[in-house]
Amino acid sequence: MSVKSIPDRMSGNEAVAYAIKQVNPDVMPAFPITPSTEIPQLVSSYIANGEMETEFIPVESEHSAMSAAVGAESAGARSLTATSSAGLALMWEELLLAASNRLPIVLALVNRTLSGPININCDHTDSMGARDTGWIQIYAENNQEVYDNFLQAYRIAEHDDVRLPVMICQDGFIISHGVQNISLLPDEPVQEFVGTYTPEEYLLNPGKPMAVGPYAVTEYVMEARKAQRVAMENAKQVILDVADEFARVSGRQYGLFEEYRTEDADYVMLLIGSAAGTAKDAVDQLREQGVKAGVLKLRVFRPFPEKEIAEALKNCKAVAIMDRAESYNGQAGVLGSEVTAGLYRNHSDVLAINYIYGLGGRDFTTDDAAAVFNELKDGVENGKEIEQYQYVGLRG
Amino acid sequence: MAAYNFKEVMSKPERLAGGHRMCPGCGGTIAARAVLRALHEGDYAVIGNATGCMEVSTFMYPYVAFEDSYIHNAFENAGATLSGVETAYNALKKRGRLPEDANFKFIAFGGDGGTYDIGFQSLSGAMERGHDMVYVCYDNGAYMNTGIQRSSATPKYADTTTTPVGTESDGKVQCRKDLADIMASHNIPYVGQSTFIGNFSDLHKKAEKAIYTEGPAFLNIMAPCPRGWRYDPSDIMTICKMAVETCYWPLFEVENGKWSLTYEPKNKLPIEDFLRTQGRFKHLFKPGNEDLIADFQAEVDKRWEHLQYKCAE
Amino acid sequence: MRTDISKINEKTPYQELTTGMHIYAGGTSKEFNTGEWRNNTPIFLEQNCKQCLLCAPCCPDSSIPVMDGKRLDFDYDHCKGCGICAKVCPFGAIEMKEGVEP
Repeated sequence: MSVKSIPDRMSGNEAVAYAIKQVNPDVMPAFPITPSTEIPQLVSSYIANGEMETEFIPVESEHSAMSAAVGAESAGARSLTATSSAGLALMWEELLLAASNRLPIVLALVNRTLSGPININCDHTDSMGARDTGWIQIYAENNQEVYDNFLQAYRIAEHDDVRLPVMICQDGFIISHGVQNISLLPDEPVQEFVGTYTPEEYLLNPGKPMAVGPYAVTEYVMEARKAQRVAMENAKQVILDVADEFARVSGRQYGLFEEYRTEDADYVMLLIGSAAGTAKDAVDQLREQGVKAGVLKLRVFRPFPEKEIAEALKNCKAVAIMDRAESYNGQAGVLGSEVTAGLYRNHSDVLAINYIYGLGGRDFTTDDAAAVFNELKDGVENGKEIEQYQYVGLRG
Repeated sequence: MAAYNFKEVMSKPERLAGGHRMCPGCGGTIAARAVLRALHEGDYAVIGNATGCMEVSTFMYPYVAFEDSYIHNAFENAGATLSGVETAYNALKKRGRLPEDANFKFIAFGGDGGTYDIGFQSLSGAMERGHDMVYVCYDNGAYMNTGIQRSSATPKYADTTTTPVGTESDGKVQCRKDLADIMASHNIPYVGQSTFIGNFSDLHKKAEKAIYTEGPAFLNIMAPCPRGWRYDPSDIMTICKMAVETCYWPLFEVENGKWSLTYEPKNKLPIEDFLRTQGRFKHLFKPGNEDLIADFQAEVDKRWEHLQYKCAE
Repeated sequence: MRTDISKINEKTPYQELTTGMHIYAGGTSKEFNTGEWRNNTPIFLEQNCKQCLLCAPCCPDSSIPVMDGKRLDFDYDHCKGCGICAKVCPFGAIEMKEGVEP
């Protein structure tokens, strides 16, 4: 039986900051960067007003933010940071270290494009670039999901079968600054759900010294990587188990992805983040016109649920794979590459078209989404050749 | 601080075990051992380490030389990493998750590459924020781990692999950065500069002050590198003595903004006595290069005068 | 979960390496012999030693153990034979001998 929730109105940044307050972690080093700046600001205010006990470190860069988080987490403190865009890029090296040192740090990421040209608005260039750093990545469609995802993050990260850092991603401005209705959980069930952090080994264990960060000769490196990969593979089941437990508390159920009207869909749009809401609206409109459209909204990008996606797409006629980041490999965006590789490995020959959309905060409207669906339909029904890798709404 | 009882100090349990892979005669581990001896018995420590010779040699999986907890993160972030550890200590103490009587000290070691150069921002941030930690630079005046490339700690005219002496080059063009002065300008409670002299009393006292002064402290320890400086490894103590007696490497400290010399040579020796001990300055002694030595001497004199002025204030 | 490094070597399968390559112990380097690096070996001539201990802090390899104010013989498992100690000894109590054997 889920607990009685508290209705409120909040932006995504406020929702994450509120979740941080409720979890009340030990150490938060952070450096401001648009559009995630509000998160450390709000946390600092909570601390200044005695509403939480977290030690905040006002570091001098994002590289130092993740470095200090690595230090604090190794020392036995539940740690986190928040950032966006160039901030994530600056901490790149440390993302790898947080993961390879198997430290369950949580990062509240507010997705923003990377330079250049410099631009402060949303796309997924930052987190997609960090896709191979060994972090679990969980994305949200709206502020409710960001809040819920954050509350589940430490349970996943700290699980013995996982012990990996988790990135909780939300779309810059669209979610982070958009105020929406939200159902908050009271503090007590949140704290009961998240639990306390009691690692068995940590730097500050008196009389039990521990060493972190060795040089490893060639004979050890492949084995270390494999162990890390197994942890990432284990994360899939842990994410589902934690989601089930969270559903019992909150009444809200999450999975690796959400399927919207896909059960009989001929045309599926696969995408990540806030644009899913737009796509769902387009689906509703198209359904009224008799077009069997659906949406597959990916929540968990790392670990990548390849088999599950292939299974979900096995009965549709065409899929539009929507990338909110360029990868410059000349043939597909990141999602485009990974989803089509997954389809191939699962012996699917569904028509898969890769669209790049919404870069640098470019609007993605229901008309844009409908046009994509109609293009798929035209291809399937009329055999029209569709460009395999194209931009949505590009001039010229 | 207790008076320096050399025999007692040397009888304390060793906190840096043998079996590390530093070169024979390395100054880095002599510095580390000396600093760690200043920890009071019964106190715990977390050692931070920037990537460099010391890191790759003292923690080669699964062999760690430090007896205390140890964390190496990356090259440029020993300051930030240890500031995270120190903050975790405060958080866990506040929340009652550490025993009341568990007293931890935080000591970072970095070479001059990880300190003067790539780790400078992280160090400056950690010092400015006031973390209760000591950052120790074992300064051997070049990037030794990658094969003797110049750093901003390399003295003028030194022959390094990125400032090689050649027909058109006399070695490094620039003078070394005065990092102790820059750290003192952070207005932190303690800055000390030392090296290996006699029974290590100077270094020990400074390390003890640095560790047991509340707040951030910085120690700059000249730690000669036999390969990089090109001398017989057994000569290290003579080289350190010459560095001090020529006033190339003066011994001083800055306590709460007050500068003081901890040793003043009775007869300041000419800089040749320091330069002559090392192959990296060999070219300076070729006929026709007398002006280069004079120039080196002039720089030493200028800095020594400036230091004396600050200490007299 | 303290680490027994005798169970970790270059043949250890990945499942048995420590999580995150952490070592839950201190001073495990003592298990590694760097004594075999020596080209020259210091010999402690105890009869000449005045126990001034000037040699002990100069050792980069923690190979001059001191107990209760007195130095003991060299730790030949770790001494690399750099010769610093022999040079600082004011009393001729340390002699360098060619070769790895004391």
